[in-house]
Amino acid sequence: MSKYLASRLLQTIPTVFLITVVVFLMLHLSPGDPVLVFIGDKQSTPEQREKIREDMGLNRPLHIQYLTYMGNALRGDLGRSLQTNVPVMAQIVNRLPWTIELSFAALFIASVIGISVGIIAALYHNTIIDTLAMAFALVGISMPVYWSSLLLILFFAVRLRVLPAIGQGGVERLILPATALALVSAGSLARMVRSSMLEVLNQDFVLTARSKGITERIVVIRHVLRNALIPVVTILGLILGYTLSGAVITETIFARLGIGQKYVEAVVQKDFTVVQGMTLFIAMMYVLVNIAVDVVYAFIDPRIRYD
Amino acid sequence: MTNVDATPAELGHAQSSKGSRFFRRVLRSRNVVAGAAILLAVTLLVALAPHISPYSPTEQFRRNRLQPADAEFLLGTDNLGRDIWSRILYGGQVSLQVGIISVAIGATLGALLGLLAGYLGGHADTIIMRFIDVMMAFPGILLSLVIVAVLGRNLHNVMVAVGLSSVPVYTRVVRGSTLSVKQFDFIVAAQALGGSSWRIMMRHILPNVAAPLTVVATNGVASAIITGAALSFLGLGQQPPDPEWGLMLNEGREFIRVAAWVTTYPGLAIMVTVLAINLLGDGLRDILDPRLKL
Repeated sequence: MSKYLASRLLQTIPTVFLITVVVFLMLHLSPGDPVLVFIGDKQSTPEQREKIREDMGLNRPLHIQYLTYMGNALRGDLGRSLQTNVPVMAQIVNRLPWTIELSFAALFIASVIGISVGIIAALYHNTIIDTLAMAFALVGISMPVYWSSLLLILFFAVRLRVLPAIGQGGVERLILPATALALVSAGSLARMVRSSMLEVLNQDFVLTARSKGITERIVVIRHVLRNALIPVVTILGLILGYTLSGAVITETIFARLGIGQKYVEAVVQKDFTVVQGMTLFIAMMYVLVNIAVDVVYAFIDPRIRYD
Repeated sequence: MTNVDATPAELGHAQSSKGSRFFRRVLRSRNVVAGAAILLAVTLLVALAPHISPYSPTEQFRRNRLQPADAEFLLGTDNLGRDIWSRILYGGQVSLQVGIISVAIGATLGALLGLLAGYLGGHADTIIMRFIDVMMAFPGILLSLVIVAVLGRNLHNVMVAVGLSSVPVYTRVVRGSTLSVKQFDFIVAAQALGGSSWRIMMRHILPNVAAPLTVVATNGVASAIITGAALSFLGLGQQPPDPEWGLMLNEGREFIRVAAWVTTYPGLAIMVTVLAINLLGDGLRDILDPRLKL
C-alpha cells in the first residue's frame, strides 16, 4: 500500500509542476502589457508603468519571475489583492470553511439521493419505477445549478417561507444551496449506480448466493451492494470537484462568502492576484482530492493490488 | 455498426444498406425522436426570431414593467418593460450559438489531440496526456472562468473558453477508441502499404472513432449551453441590454419575490433545450455505442 501511495504521489509531481507553470503564465498569456493588468482602468504615465514593471519584477527573465512566485507561494504568500490590498492567502483561509461545508453537504446529499435512486431503479429494472427514476436522473443532469438554485429559492424561501434564501451559518442556510448543487451530481450518480448494480446482479456469485436459499434482501445487501458501489467511489472525486467549482455559482446566488463567490468577484473586478492565487489553490486542492480518492479506491477494492 | 455482430436474419437483408438500417434504428428510438423533435422546434423558433417575435428584444415599454403574462405580452415583461417572449427567442440565438461553436472548437481540437496521442503513442502520448491532466485539475466551470479571466470578458471569449475547457473530454474518448482501432488488421495493412501517419489517422481511424465522438459531442452541446449561460449569468459573457438566457436569469433574480416569471421562463428555455439534447445524446449512445458508459 505505501509503495502504491508513493508511486501515485511521484506521478503527480510533473502535473503539479505544469499546473504551477500555467497558473504563473496566466499573467503573460493575457493579451497586452502585463503591467496594465496591475494598473487596471486607471490613467498612467510611461514613468509610472516603468516603476510598476520594476517593482513587480516584470523586467526580469521569466524563469526568475516563476521561481520568485513559487518561492513566495510555498511560504504561503500568494500576493495581495489589487483592490483591497488584503493578502490573498488570508482571504482563502477566511473563506475556505464555508466552501468546504457547502461542498461536502452537497456531496452528502448527492450520494444519498443518487445512490438510493440508482439502487431502486436497478432492483425494479424495466418497471415503471425504473422509468421514473431514470426520468428523474435525466431531469437532474439537465438542470443548470443556477436554475435549480433559483427554483429552490422561489419555492422554499418565497412561497413556503420555510428556509432562508441567502446567507451562511447554520443548517437551515445550508440546505438550499447544497441541494441545488447536489441535484446534477445526484442524477449522474443514480445512472452510474443503476448500471453498476445491473451488471453485478447478473453475475454468477449472485446466482450462487440465491441458490443457497438466503433471502433476496440479504443477497442484495451483502453481495450486490458491496460490489456495485466500489466503482462509484471513483466518481466521488469527480463529484467533489464539481461541487467545489459549482460553488462559484451557488455561493454567488445564495450570497455565501466562500471561495467561489470571491473568485467570481475577482474575475469581474479584474483583481488579477486574487484570481491567480485562488486558481493555484483550488487546482492543488483538487489534485489532492483525486489522490485521496485513488487511495481509498485501492483500499476498498480487494481485486486491485498495485504493487 | 459493422456487420460483425449481425445475425443471419439481418444478413439476409443484405439489400438494405447500412445507412437505411441506421435510420430505422434511429426512428425506433423514442429518446432520439423525442429529443430531435423538441430540439428542432426550439431551433426553428429561435432561428425565426426576427419574423415571429412580437417586439424588439430591447424595446422598453415603461408603463408595462413587471407585467404578468397576458394577450399583449405572451410571457409577461421584465423590470424594464421588455417583452420576455421576444427576449427568449433572440436570447436563444446566442445560447445555441455558444453551444454549437464551443463544441466545434472543443471537439476538433480534442479529437485531433486524441488521435495523435492514441495513434503515435510514446512521447507524443505522454506530453499530450500530461497537458490534459493539467487542464483536468481545474474542475467544472472553473477552467472556463480562468480562460475568460485571462482572455477578457466577452461573448467570443466565452465560446473559446467553453470550447477549450471541454477539450479533455474529447481527447480522452478519441484516444481510448484510437487505441483499440489501432489494433485492427486494416490499420496494419494500411501501414504496410506505406500510408503516412496523417493519412491513416484521417482516412482510417477517424471514421472508426466517429461514433463515440458523436455521442460525446451531442451531450457536449448540452453542457456547453449550460456553461455558456452560466458565464453570462455571472456577468462575463453577453452584456446588457442584449438578451441571453443566462443573463436574463440573472437580471430577473432581483425580482424573484414579486415577478417570478422573469426568471422562470428563461430558465425553462434552458432546461427544455438541454433536456432535448441529452435525450438525443442518450438515444444516439444506445444505438451507436451501447458499451460507452458516461
